[in-house]
Amino acid sequence: MLIVFWGKQKYVTIKPQETSSGPVADGLWTRCPSCSSLLYTKELTKNLNVCNRCSYHFRMGAWDRVKHLLDSESFQEMDRDLEGGNPLGFSGYEEKLANSREKTGLTEACLTGEGRLSGYQLVFGAIDFGFIGGTMGTVVGEKVCRAFEYALAKRLPVVMVSAGGGGARMHEGILSLMQMAKTSQAVERHSQAGLLYICVLTDPTMGGIYASFASLADVILAEPRALIGFAGPRVVEETIRQKLPSGFQRAEFALNNGMVDAIIERKELRKVLTRLLLYHDGGGRQSC
Amino acid sequence: MLNGVFEWEKPLVELEKKIEELRRFTKEEGIDFSAEIATLESRAENLRHDIYSRLTPWQKVMIARHPRRPTCLDYIELIFDDFFELHGDRTIRDDPAMVGGIALLEGRPVTVIGPQKGKDTKDNIARNFGLPHPEGYRKALRLMRQAEKFHRPIISLIDVVGAYPGIEAEQRGQGVIIAENIRQMSFLKVPIICVITGEGGSGGALAIGVGDRILMLENAWYSVCSPEMCAQILWKDTKKAVEAAQSLCLTAQDLLAWKIIDEIIPEPPGGAHRDHEAMAMTLKEALLRHLQELEARPADELVAKRLDRYRQIGVVW
Ligand SMILES: [Zn+2]
Repeated sequence: MLIVFWGKQKYVTIKPQETSSGPVADGLWTRCPSCSSLLYTKELTKNLNVCNRCSYHFRMGAWDRVKHLLDSESFQEMDRDLEGGNPLGFSGYEEKLANSREKTGLTEACLTGEGRLSGYQLVFGAIDFGFIGGTMGTVVGEKVCRAFEYALAKRLPVVMVSAGGGGARMHEGILSLMQMAKTSQAVERHSQAGLLYICVLTDPTMGGIYASFASLADVILAEPRALIGFAGPRVVEETIRQKLPSGFQRAEFALNNGMVDAIIERKELRKVLTRLLLYHDGGGRQSC
Repeated sequence: MLNGVFEWEKPLVELEKKIEELRRFTKEEGIDFSAEIATLESRAENLRHDIYSRLTPWQKVMIARHPRRPTCLDYIELIFDDFFELHGDRTIRDDPAMVGGIALLEGRPVTVIGPQKGKDTKDNIARNFGLPHPEGYRKALRLMRQAEKFHRPIISLIDVVGAYPGIEAEQRGQGVIIAENIRQMSFLKVPIICVITGEGGSGGALAIGVGDRILMLENAWYSVCSPEMCAQILWKDTKKAVEAAQSLCLTAQDLLAWKIIDEIIPEPPGGAHRDHEAMAMTLKEALLRHLQELEARPADELVAKRLDRYRQIGVVW
């Protein structure tokens, strides 16, 4: 039954493309927003978009995550042909989608596929902040859902790298909000089968993405200083009418408050994920 | 808005007052004004139809926020025979912005939960303007789990512009608890009926809004965020909220077309605030009808259908 169902999936393997999510894209030099050092862009890219002076973690595009974390040539993208329209007829949305597609080389804010991490077969997903702030509309919701369903059918673990400035995508209104329910349910069904799910929260993971699948992992990791929370800091500031404490909603704040398991530097991430997969005997289970 | 009367309904309200006066006159003075009253009545009826049948999304948002709109506790009082309120999340405190407990609906026990807005300024401050903290959602989850244990159906009455955006709320994991509620509600083995009675904003509404039947009052709104928030984020201008309300397709009529909700519960002409009793009775009828349908189903089928419902949302290809 599962084979028939999954037989409908379409796979398109394409070459990884350079993405431009971080502020790194153009220019020979990039200024670090944290320590103000002028960094040689090529060096910065080589250093996984981490400042070599103060270890500030710049944002990273979805394809760069694949390149960084997965075994080379092992990744097979899923559902690349899933493209949504403009269900609400929200003005300016088509242009926004078109611009984001051009800018990131992605069809939507979420990249999903099957691959290997240090030899472990898994389903991998990454959200790209460069695509309308990494927000979740119907296509992102559907892709995340299908990724978990595929992993469930094939008894594979899931590793997600989340980002998302606003969480749910406003241009798709209530349909976006409902993706929170849809993805949370897919995560739970995968979980009930005893399969492992690890989520890495990266800058920024907010709103509807944080308040759904990103929060429901067995192990939640975070990159240093990543903004993590439900309400945006500006909204909080305007509501309480006082200045926010320094470090508010940063990864360290989330760790102190018990919302994440560990903060992991980007250069250590692959190693840590490998260890966790090892502890879970690969995180999947024999097909039954 | 003046004295609870919106600008757009002023002519109607004045006409209604005139009719009322003539009625009193008839009674007190014994003069027969029935012909005049009949004429005015039919004029009022036309006007009523004229005004209320073409409310803009923004006007509906205003009605949903009317200060005299029935609150969760008003509905509980009017719909149920008895109610025993249960307090606290067993972790931090009791959140007065979220109420819940066991109620009798035509004699049968049900669990009722819902955000509670204040009735006046003082009450509103005590209830944090109906904006729950994580502990409010945790309390709701506790009561829902309790309902599952004792096979009680759950009725969630939703009127919330969003989860509270504050420092403590973030510290205590607002995002995490919303995700947790959504996940657990999805799999509860009892019938769940959710009713958007006023405002339904963002994850703060969805955290108590996953169910087998989603009903919505005629003038309620439900969307990914409030029109103000949408305008602020997209256009950096809260004054464009009117435009945002239009763009977001947040009315009950829009949501029924999208099949996000199952039924629109009609409000008394002009809005629920104009007749609490009538509103509550209409809602009660709908609750009883849906509950009867849902209770006939085995729990596993209920959950499977619930999951299927959400799985279909946004599959447009
Ligand atoms: Zn630096």
